[in-house]
This record gives sequence, structure tokens and C-alpha cells, in this order.
Amino acid sequence: MKPDALRAAAVNTALVVVTTLTLFPLFWMASVSFMAPGEASHFPPPLFPASPTLANYRELLGAEGILRQGFNSLWLALAATAMSVTFNVAAGYAFAKLRFPGREQLFRTLLGALVIPAQVTMMPLFLMLKSMGLVNTYTGALVPWITGVFGIFLVRQYAQSVPDELIEAARIDGASELRILLEVVLPVIRPILATLAVLTFLASWNDFMWPLIVLSDRDMQTLPLALASLSREHVQDAELMMAGSVLTVTPVLAVFLVLQRHYMQGLLAGGVKQ
Amino acid sequence: MSRTALAGWLFVAPAVLAIAVFFAIPVVGALAMSFTDFDIYALADLKNLRFVGLGNYETLLSTPLFWRALANTLILVVIGVPLSIGASLGAALLLHSKLARWRSFHRTAMFAPVVTTLVAVAVVWRYLLHTRYGLVNYGLGQLGVDPVDWLGDPAWAMPAIVLLSVWKNFGYNMLILLAGLQAVPEDLYEAARIDGASRWQQFLVVTLPSLAPLILLVAILTVAAYFQLFAEPYVMTQGGPAQRTVTVLYFMYEEGFRWWSLGSACAVAFVLFVFMFVFTLVQLRVSRRTAA
Repeated sequence: MKPDALRAAAVNTALVVVTTLTLFPLFWMASVSFMAPGEASHFPPPLFPASPTLANYRELLGAEGILRQGFNSLWLALAATAMSVTFNVAAGYAFAKLRFPGREQLFRTLLGALVIPAQVTMMPLFLMLKSMGLVNTYTGALVPWITGVFGIFLVRQYAQSVPDELIEAARIDGASELRILLEVVLPVIRPILATLAVLTFLASWNDFMWPLIVLSDRDMQTLPLALASLSREHVQDAELMMAGSVLTVTPVLAVFLVLQRHYMQGLLAGGVKQ
Repeated sequence: MSRTALAGWLFVAPAVLAIAVFFAIPVVGALAMSFTDFDIYALADLKNLRFVGLGNYETLLSTPLFWRALANTLILVVIGVPLSIGASLGAALLLHSKLARWRSFHRTAMFAPVVTTLVAVAVVWRYLLHTRYGLVNYGLGQLGVDPVDWLGDPAWAMPAIVLLSVWKNFGYNMLILLAGLQAVPEDLYEAARIDGASRWQQFLVVTLPSLAPLILLVAILTVAAYFQLFAEPYVMTQGGPAQRTVTVLYFMYEEGFRWWSLGSACAVAFVLFVFMFVFTLVQLRVSRRTAA
């Protein structure tokens, strides 16, 4: 074999090994979720169910009533996405294109706030929401998602590429500033809206610590919370827990696979351009 | 005020207001609370609240579990960050190779764990790491390695969490580094080849220096992520065995929301903040010195 062919074989073998190791836990999760109770706890550990069953899913959806938590997760993620897109787009566009006194100082202050980890705010925020009676409510869970500095930054970077002439022309035509944003600017920056929406949806769906603090009623909890408490009650039931993991992970994996172009774009825009 | 200035203020107002009320005020509030003995009695009636100055911080310094949590978190950062970045860089180099095939498939597959729900995959890994029935030990057994009690042995619990973290997150940095690799001008390699540089020398002389700013960025993000580790011990070990997986955030959560010592939890949060800030500054300083 020529050295290049040898090298190609080495590179591609290494890639296949890394990809296999990466996907294996996800494959195993799916496979075990179709096993009968107790089947996974054997030696050597089985890779495939002897006779695939939906019993674990039936128990989760029936006896454990996990549909309720699934609905909570979905509703919170959608609401978080809608809010974050609305407020970040308005602010990001204004920081990029509308001159107003104090703009630069304000933006710099916001960027500076990025060094403070969000967990610092959790104790006072909890007390604040408690005094307003918002603990164990959707509103309480959504508060940190209203807007975020990173989202504003993302939109601002993208909106800076909108030509000033376009906005000026609309102004001369007598369009209001709100109409300019909605009808002239929005169509141009639509790609970054998709990115922001996907990023927010996934982050909200996967969030754990804040929902854990603010949502303690079982009926208000999200899927990750339900899964964490189930895993404490059902330590031995690997098959049931894997079914729960599949239900939690599938929606986000699906969103990612369908919209991965937008997701990766945003990640690179946020990461590389900084 | 001009029309655009007014519109500008109105457009940023909702976002800025939300950040002020739900972020800035709580940050100031947390600092203030960290100087009080805010506990379950104060939660019931604010009249029980007392100012204790630096009392919470002093108490923390004499709390063994706090030192344990700090040490655990630093161990996590010290072993986790190099492993994570190494894995990401290795994967990025493989994907960048001109000889690689099915690149976009591999890239998507390696990125998939990043978008998965941490709690769900932590549950999965808890079973994969099971001493008797876990596939990790089974695989090691095939290589002749004795079973490891991953989540039950104080020496192995933190490495097990690092393993999960590296698996879950290497795809994120890989993507950023891959973009960096693609941006390195081909002429630089060409010039190095003409000078007779071997592949390894090309990597050291061209690739690494070109990637340096991105590696710094990735390092800062990764250090911050390891400092904020919480759900993994919550789901996999509940801080055990022998408190070896209690991280600073896990400690903060227990102080604040299990024992309702909210004042002390705020002090923990500020200690974490200071550590993260100092680590970021040090990384920036070191990179500036190596660049110069």
C-alpha cells in the first residue's frame, strides 16, 4: 500500500471509532428502553432486547403520567423561545442600527455582566418570586429566559450587516420605526432569528438547576426534573429509566437534526467572532 | 430627542428592564444577603434577619465540606479541561484531514451529545458505569482490566463524571476548533513544506499558533463550564461517595435550597464567582505572555 492509502485508512478508522464510541451510549439507551424489566441487569450485558416491548413507555405514560411533565417542558421551551426572540431582536437591532444617547456605554455594561455566573442570582431571585407568589408557576420558571445578553449580542452582530440605505429609504417613505423593524429589517435578519430560536429552545428544554429550585410541585415539573426524581425512586429499573431518557432526549435531538444548520451557525457566530 | 433615538430607547427598554430587575438587582441582592444570616427563620419572618458582616465567609473557611467542594471542583477543572480540549482538538484534526470521508456525518454524530439533555444522559451513564452490569466495565474486562466501582469508589467517582463530561461536550469545542482549522491559510503549510517541515513540525509551527486565540477562547469557556458543574453529581452520585463529588455549586444548592441557609449560599456563590473571574484573568495573562 502507498503511504497515503495507509494514512487514509488510519484517519478513517479513527473517525469511525470515535463516532461509534460517541453514539454508543445513545444507541444503548434506546435499545434498553425496549427491554423487559430486569433484562439489562445480566452479565454479559445484552445489547439488544430479546423480545422488544413497549411496556416501559406504557408505564411512564400511564402510571407515572409523564405526559404532564412533557407538556410543561414543551410549553416552557416554546414560551422562552418566543420571549427571547421578541426582546432580543428589538434590543439587538437597536444596539446595531439606532443611534441613541448612552448606547455604547449601555452595551458595554451588558457585555461586562457576562462574567457574572447566573447562579449568583438564584437565591435573591427565588425570594423575589416567592414574595410575588410566583414559585411553582410557569412565570417563575420563565423569568430568566425573558432576555439574555448573549442573544442580544448575537442579533446585534448580525443586524450590523443590514445596509443603512435600506432603513433610510423606508424612513423617507414615511414608515414608522416599528414598521421598519418588522417589514424591512426582520426579513433580512431571519437566519439569526432561526438560530436564536433553536438555541433558546434547546437550552430551555435541557435546563435543570433553575427549574429544580423554582418548580417543586410534581404537576409543574419539567421532564429533566421528573427524570431526576424517578431515577432516585427507581434505581434498579434501568429499562424504565432508559425509556424516560429516550422521551426526554428525542425531541431535542429531532430539533437539532432538522435545524442543525441554524444551530451550528449561531454557535460559530457566537464563538468565533468574539 | 430625535425620532430614532426615542425608538432606540423604546426597543432596548424591555430587554434592559428585564436584565435590571431579574439579573442586576439579584446580583446586588446576593452580595447584600451574603453579609446576613438569612436562614429558614428569616424566610418565615424578615424580623429574624441579622447583619453578620463577613461572618458567612468566615464560617465557610472553617467548614470542611466547603474546602472539600472547592478541592473537588479544582480537581475537576485541572483534569477535565485538558482532557476535554485534547479530545476536541483530536476530533477536529481528524475531521479536518483531507483524507477523511463522510465528514458531515461524523461531525453531526460527534456533536449530537452536546444537544442532549444532561440529566437524561447522566442517568444513562450511571447504568453504563454500573460495577457489575455496566458496559464500560465489560469493555475494560475484555481488555483484561478488573472491574472498577466507578460511582462507589471515592477515587473513581470524579474521573467517572469527567468521562461523562468529556463525552457530552467535546463536540462543542470541536466545532469551534474545526472552523479555526479551516481558516488557516493553505500558503502557510505550503511555505513550511518548502522549508522541509515534517507533518508534526507543521502542526507545531503552523496549526497550533494559528489556533491559539481559539484555544484560549475554548479554554475559558470550558473552565467556566467545569466550574458550574451541578446536575451530574445531583443525578449520579448525590455528592458521594465520601463527598468526593460535591462541587461548589452542589454545595451552594444544598446550603441554599435544602438547609435554607440562603445567606451562606450567597457567600458560596460569590466565592465561585471570584474563582471563575481569577481563572479567566490568569488564562488571558498567560496567553498574552506566550503570544509576546
